[in-house]
Amino acid sequence: MKERSEKFTTISSTPINRLYKPEDISHLVYQKDLNDPAHFPYTRGIHETMYRGRLWTMRLFSGFGKPEETNKRYKFLLEHGQTGLSVAFDFPTLMGYDADQERAAGEVGKCGVNISTLADMEVLFDHIPLDQVTTSMTINGPAAVLLAMYLVVAEKQGVSWDKVGGTVQNDVLKEFTAQNSYAFPPDPSMRVVVDMIEFCTKEVPKWNTVSISGYHIREAGSTAVQELAFTLADGIAYVQACVERGMKVDDFASRLSFFFDAHNDFFEEIAKFRAARRMWAKIMKERFHAKNEKSMMLRFHTQTAGASLTAQQPYNNVVRTSIQALAAVLGGTQSLHTNAWDETFALPTELAAMTALRTQQIIAHESGVTNTVDPLAGSYFIESLTNQMEKEAAATIKKIDEMGGMVQAVKAGYPQREIADASYRYQKQVDSKEKIIVGVNEFKLNKEPPIETLKIADEIRDHQAKKIAQVKKRRDAQKVSDTLAKLKKAAQTNQNIMVPLCDSVRAYCTLNEMMETLKSVFGEYHDPGIF
Amino acid sequence: MIRESFKRVRVLVGKPGLDGHDRGVKVIARALRDAGFEVIYTGLHQTPEMIVSSAIQEDVDAIGLSILSGAHNFLFQRILELLKEKKSQDIKVFGGGIIPEEDIKPLEKMGVAKVFLPGATTDDIVAWVRKNVKGK
Repeated sequence: MKERSEKFTTISSTPINRLYKPEDISHLVYQKDLNDPAHFPYTRGIHETMYRGRLWTMRLFSGFGKPEETNKRYKFLLEHGQTGLSVAFDFPTLMGYDADQERAAGEVGKCGVNISTLADMEVLFDHIPLDQVTTSMTINGPAAVLLAMYLVVAEKQGVSWDKVGGTVQNDVLKEFTAQNSYAFPPDPSMRVVVDMIEFCTKEVPKWNTVSISGYHIREAGSTAVQELAFTLADGIAYVQACVERGMKVDDFASRLSFFFDAHNDFFEEIAKFRAARRMWAKIMKERFHAKNEKSMMLRFHTQTAGASLTAQQPYNNVVRTSIQALAAVLGGTQSLHTNAWDETFALPTELAAMTALRTQQIIAHESGVTNTVDPLAGSYFIESLTNQMEKEAAATIKKIDEMGGMVQAVKAGYPQREIADASYRYQKQVDSKEKIIVGVNEFKLNKEPPIETLKIADEIRDHQAKKIAQVKKRRDAQKVSDTLAKLKKAAQTNQNIMVPLCDSVRAYCTLNEMMETLKSVFGEYHDPGIF
Repeated sequence: MIRESFKRVRVLVGKPGLDGHDRGVKVIARALRDAGFEVIYTGLHQTPEMIVSSAIQEDVDAIGLSILSGAHNFLFQRILELLKEKKSQDIKVFGGGIIPEEDIKPLEKMGVAKVFLPGATTDDIVAWVRKNVKGK
């Protein structure tokens, strides 16, 4: 029969053959290329028993409005079987502004929870024992400040830092290429990241210091291969910077984790996760001469693709999210966020968030896919695609190496331009119906039924601003200026900024006071507006 | 001849506020440029003041705003007020992003010329600008 189309491609426009056969993978050598789980190069997974031993961490990204409201949502999620917390901050917090500043107008608490001082952080984790949950914080430009706040909250709870586990995203390189919540220019940003890695290696050994993220690169419109290549290239840059600081690779590499997107193209995503594990293992072993197996294992969190959700017929998003989540599980993820169906409109309602959590629980407990490790290994198609993605991503990494590494490539605008090109190409494919999106450019409804969404009150800014005023009245002004002066001095010299930063946090300096102090030394980055 | 007159139409494409999600705004900027308009993209993290001042300085005919952060009511209003203050109401303001249905009428009443919903194609947006924004 004549085929429906002249060519069949993945969502990233990679051509796919009608049939894959033994000869497509005849060069594969099991022990070298795949090997058993928990064995180099970890293509089949990093744990021997995978989900038979322990399920992935079900971690829903959430935060909105006042810290009090988010604290309530966290307790709700923990009661319903969620196993880790993941904090979404609002834009003022992400960009290092306090709620009472002019720049924060209209945005306080809208896209996440607002944190301006330690007092807010104390409320956020009220009655949540920080030695019993792990917390992931999506924060980048001001990551050092928020980490310091978290550690001081732990201290006040009487939890010692060696018992504190969690993650700060802290992947500044992908901020310049994709997510755009940066603070300082690339070089000082890298210095701060290395300060944090160095500090945590000694003081907070269970903390994941950087979550090297492809998610935002993909959401900004990259292809799957670009996501893979740019993410690993970012990882290489962090490891390189730490080595240049004089750190030993095996002392810190096991605390680097990764964060990928799970998009619509099922097999392409599974192949991407498998290729990522194999590539990172080889990079760590061959390029950085890691000896510890843990340094070579790529552990990753996955989030289903926010950009794939549609405002049209939004309940269909539950189906999209389920398929994406399944790809993440078949790809061997360590933790997973599933998007709620209403997230193209607003932050999720409680019902939508719970359905997203239930999606994971259904995959975990009903589908049976967790019964065996890496069930797709050996598939002619999956293995071919895994190989092909590795090859293409390696070529991109080589190009970045030739530019002098990712920091230089970012300064030259290379990944930014590549992502913008891919994103534009895809939009054209959607506009011309070369790519079909159900409910958007095909199978449309004339009238969409209304859906209920979460509303965030504008009064939150007043509430938060009042709280800052109270904190400022209560705190010791001398301590504020002393600790900020010490912070500035550390930034100007080669002293690690984390210790003075914790002191500034203890003195209830505001987020913006600390960020402005650092910016006065490091400078500020502005978007070059490449399109 | 017709093409010539398109070329004179200048559009400032901007992202006000602190949100960094610029995938949409970049696609729109490029689509308008490919359609023959002169496009000025201000980059991210612009205050309403910065956007209005660039628009006047660049002598644009329209401002297109992409807002996904939920701050659209505040930001559109502020930009329209500033344009009025500067006696530049002839600059048309349009936009899109994540904007709930029920906010669209109030925004239009406020003076926003057009709000595009998710699912609008680049062709829809280009066609609207072509029809509704005239060069000087």
